[in-house]
Amino acid sequence: MSDPRWSEALAHLPDYLGNHVRVSVAALALGLLISLPLALIARNRPVLRGTLLGLASIVQTVPGLALLALFYPLLLALTALTATWLGFSFSAFGFLPAVLALALYSMLPVLRNTITGLSGVDPAVLEAAQGVGMTPRQSLTMVELPLALPVMMAGIRTAAVWVIGTATLSTPIGQTSLGNYIFAGLQTQNWVFVLFGCFAAAVLALVVDQLLALIENGLRNRSRVRTALGGLGIAALIAATLVPAIARQQARYVVGAKTFTEQYVLSALMAQRLQAAGLPTTTRAGLGSNVIFDALAAGDIDVYVDYSGTLWANQFHHTDIRPRAELLGELKTTLAKQDITLFGELGFENAYALVMPKKRAEELGIHSIADLASHAATMSIAGDYEIFSRPEWAGIQKAYGLTFRAQRQMQPDFMYAAVASGEVDVIAGYTSDGLIAKYDLVALADDRHAIPPYDAIVLLSPKRRDDEVLKAALRPLLDKIGIAEMREANLRASGNDASSSPDAVARWLWEKVGGK
Amino acid sequence: MPATPLIAYAHVGKSFDNGRVVAVDDVSLDVAEGEFLAVVGGSGSGKTTLLRLANRLIEADRGRIAVEGEDVSRIDPILLRRRIGYVFQSGGLFPHLTVADNVGITPKLLGWPQAEISARVDELLDLVRLDRAQHRDRLPHELSGGQRQRVGVARALAAKPRIVLMDEPFGALDPLTRDALGDDYRTLHRELGLTTVMITHDMTEALLLADRIAVMRGGKLLALGTPAELAANTDAYVGELLRTPRRQAERLGALLPRDGTA
Repeated sequence: MSDPRWSEALAHLPDYLGNHVRVSVAALALGLLISLPLALIARNRPVLRGTLLGLASIVQTVPGLALLALFYPLLLALTALTATWLGFSFSAFGFLPAVLALALYSMLPVLRNTITGLSGVDPAVLEAAQGVGMTPRQSLTMVELPLALPVMMAGIRTAAVWVIGTATLSTPIGQTSLGNYIFAGLQTQNWVFVLFGCFAAAVLALVVDQLLALIENGLRNRSRVRTALGGLGIAALIAATLVPAIARQQARYVVGAKTFTEQYVLSALMAQRLQAAGLPTTTRAGLGSNVIFDALAAGDIDVYVDYSGTLWANQFHHTDIRPRAELLGELKTTLAKQDITLFGELGFENAYALVMPKKRAEELGIHSIADLASHAATMSIAGDYEIFSRPEWAGIQKAYGLTFRAQRQMQPDFMYAAVASGEVDVIAGYTSDGLIAKYDLVALADDRHAIPPYDAIVLLSPKRRDDEVLKAALRPLLDKIGIAEMREANLRASGNDASSSPDAVARWLWEKVGGK
Repeated sequence: MPATPLIAYAHVGKSFDNGRVVAVDDVSLDVAEGEFLAVVGGSGSGKTTLLRLANRLIEADRGRIAVEGEDVSRIDPILLRRRIGYVFQSGGLFPHLTVADNVGITPKLLGWPQAEISARVDELLDLVRLDRAQHRDRLPHELSGGQRQRVGVARALAAKPRIVLMDEPFGALDPLTRDALGDDYRTLHRELGLTTVMITHDMTEALLLADRIAVMRGGKLLALGTPAELAANTDAYVGELLRTPRRQAERLGALLPRDGTA
């Protein structure tokens, strides 16, 4: 417990846990609100029942992460529609898509158990309900539902545990959750965070499950005390997470970060600068590459660091490659059309580069990507989750006629060790990564300029366009962070000790670039 | 026989499965006020269908059924059922409700005040000879089969009906309990001035409890009359039904001669 990472993790707990509980409870409530009436309508209609259960089962087979990710573009399209036709828009980021996806995820066990519970009621009892003069509605509320309740509760318990577990995957679409520990920990090799996040999510799931079990037990044995105790426990849990949220309601600056180490460090650095300027700031880390830009455009986050080549190729779908200054100028104009401010460059470039062990490259006489082309057919390459589907990769392949024997995707931080150990022959790494030096690797020259420039640039959301306080707070960072500093910062952040947390590295970096 | 029967079936027919199965075939039958009628028949004879037509748990296809002089097809079935007591096979109690709540269910549906329901429940538990203090708050699964059926009878009587329909009420009980319950019910029937229609497959029970017996076979009403009238009936099936009780009576008379003289 002497490791400061534990206390750092603990400091995040009210925020992460509170958000996690809120999104889970909202999702479960919505799920119940939809599933219960559907189950009631479907129970005596075999076709509808089969269709519903089938659909719910299909939803269940979609991996949680994909389901969550799918809701983001869906809502984005929807908000564009409502903005056009109904004159209002809503945030397609974070809470809403997470709640919708998780609610959908919770439906199967609730639907199945409600239908099973209701159809399991003894027909003789139903007959008796009719015989004593109950209307169909009275029969449902006075006899069928009370008798089916224990089975229904079991379904609700299953749904609750699923939702709480899956909610950890809502971090990449911008919903803060206990998943923030896990995603941040994985990216920065902070295993304390990963463990903490898993543990917290497991404890939360267990506590909620036990409280619901208490209610279920109370209902089964018709014990009002147990039912009330369980209900009180759930209510207390919700209240405990709502109170701080209400108390903290105020205008906040939100710094976004993508899913890799450098982004965690830079977002921490910017957040520290904003806080030093007296601006209340939070970070939303672990956002997907495509989610983060839309989130900025929609004003869900205020500022983040992107890379010129990434925007050029992925966001604006250019296939040609321009010289760096020209590309930046063009980007600035294009972004301004969306009311997004390209505030400035940080001073370093984080380009994709094909990287292999220095020794092996020398043995084979490979200095550039062109040299690699003749060997590629016998080699395997590893890259992060996006590179092989990005337009830049197609550009590189085309320019050099590259075809590898095998392509593998892995967690960026593991690639370097993989290529150093010979697990793969080449990796698509990042030029600003400190691990290139650490593992004695070499980045191959791109003589044909197939890889666009990737200057790190600070982007501001439309509503912060004229925010002078924000700009003044971030200005000291512009053109100050060289490739050497960034590499060392990244290397430090990929360590697995107390001084390697993004916050600690950000403080180191600030001192390094001329802060007090 | 009084002028207006309390329940009157006139040329009633009911079939299931689009006419493939004829459950009740052109049955006409009057039940007089205060009468205890037993309907006897094998399984599939249509006796249960006939009973349920009276409170519209099943709707008739043909003919007319009148209860207390009113055509049932013109009465809201929910209200009709609330004014007719119904005792189910093996109780049909609601497993999640206490004895008191089971007994008080129809008055509750009728919107009686809670205090009145409570007093009525106590009165009924006394009537069916169940100790109030001991049984009031129990759940059905904590009762014996006989006690459950007593609660079932109490529930049927709760809203002070004039008519009680009973669907093989004592069929699942052991002979001693069955005998005691049958006797107790017969007493209630007389004291409360009820009109009772009871379904049974047991001719002995029918003979011992009922004023008149209706014999059903293949959906048709085969015979109707007092035990003595049935004994004079020449129909082979009726004779067969009476053979068992007769033989039992003879053998018991021979085996237990003192009983006969008591």
